[in-house]
Amino acid sequence: MSGIAVSTTINGDAVEFLCQAEETLLDVLRDRLGLTGAKEGCGTGDCGACSVIVDGRLVCACLVLGAEAEGSSIETIEGMADGDKLHPLQEKFLEHAALQCGVCTPGFLMAAKDLLTRNPDPTEEEIRFGLAGNLCRCTGYDKIVRAVQDAARVMKGA
Amino acid sequence: MLYARPGTLEEAVRLLADTRGSAFAMAGGSDLLVRMKGGNVEPDLVVDIKAIAGLGEIKQTGDGFLIGAAVPCVAMGEAAALKTAWPGVVEAASLIGSRQIQGRCTIAGNLCNASPAADSVPALVAAAAKVVVAGPKGRRTIAVEDVPVGPGKTSLARGEIVEAILLDKRPQRSGDAYLRFIPRSEMDIAVVGAGVSLTLDANGRIESARVALGAVAPTVLLVTEAAKAIVGTKLDAAALEALAGACSAACRPIDDKRGTVEFRKQVAGVLAKRAAGIAYERAGAK
Repeated sequence: MSGIAVSTTINGDAVEFLCQAEETLLDVLRDRLGLTGAKEGCGTGDCGACSVIVDGRLVCACLVLGAEAEGSSIETIEGMADGDKLHPLQEKFLEHAALQCGVCTPGFLMAAKDLLTRNPDPTEEEIRFGLAGNLCRCTGYDKIVRAVQDAARVMKGA
Repeated sequence: MLYARPGTLEEAVRLLADTRGSAFAMAGGSDLLVRMKGGNVEPDLVVDIKAIAGLGEIKQTGDGFLIGAAVPCVAMGEAAALKTAWPGVVEAASLIGSRQIQGRCTIAGNLCNASPAADSVPALVAAAAKVVVAGPKGRRTIAVEDVPVGPGKTSLARGEIVEAILLDKRPQRSGDAYLRFIPRSEMDIAVVGAGVSLTLDANGRIESARVALGAVAPTVLLVTEAAKAIVGTKLDAAALEALAGACSAACRPIDDKRGTVEFRKQVAGVLAKRAAGIAYERAGAK
């Protein structure tokens, strides 16, 4: 099949794929590469369920074309745990029951990871504003905020 | 649809100018991809401008700042010198969308999307920003307020793209601010936006000012009467009331679910007063 040949790095691994010009990075991740952690919620950049990190920037994969990924380095939820060892954010989301249906969770985890990379000690307000691009229709957000606060504490080595 | 990622501005212009059918320049794509998915546009060609050398950079020059058309808004917030010189412009750019959108969206795209409610545009108009446009006939530099001509429409000709946005070096005792009203605390479209930029004389009187309003007319408005109302004053209560009155009078808003005509007119005055207060304080603090 013809298409645009794209070479990229995903979670540290060199990955090559072919895609059509209209295909989004989210389509490529899910449908071509089998990385179904990023979810399609709205498809218009409002819900954040498809959050991934491209070249150090948190983005919605639904608003990036697959072809744009050429030469870039992408982090997805599949690369968050270290083998069987969960990332502190993942641990704390479980511990605080910061999810119900789970569709928003990969996006929240990626956004929270990006937030804590930039701001290791955020206030509750900074967490709430920082995660405003991720919608959850189950939890009411409170448990998510608590989980991120707790993870931040652990990651600082407190 | 074809996707192109040219390495030079000349090639981008040629591609956009030569394509039969619809061709779109794409910076962050946070508006274009949504319009494509909604079926509002069906591009035959999308020209990604992010690989063009220099377009992803913020440069500080002797004249001020040059913000490349592909600079994501989040990078403006990280540019300390820009933030110090033009805090209102940076704040306005930082209000666009979520953190995820911030990593992609650009002020050039915000301008060319030509939404009357674009957050960065009133701040840029107040700042007297200029736009470098590259096209088949070469480059031209125009005032930022001359780019949008109506909702979704710009004055750019076929093949023309915004290359960069220019902000002047700040004189002493200058400040700017942008405020918007939204019914939520974050992640919403401006019901009204107000940008104010001003410079004080040595005695703390306003020497020059520019006031711009968003979401109250088909395009962002530069309200010269509002600026006149505060020039020569120390932003006393009477000057603020005159400013608010001039802003409300200039509005030609629509009535929609997000705000009535009366509400938008009143809020435009209130926001302009508050933004002027912040700009005045910032100018005095320097």
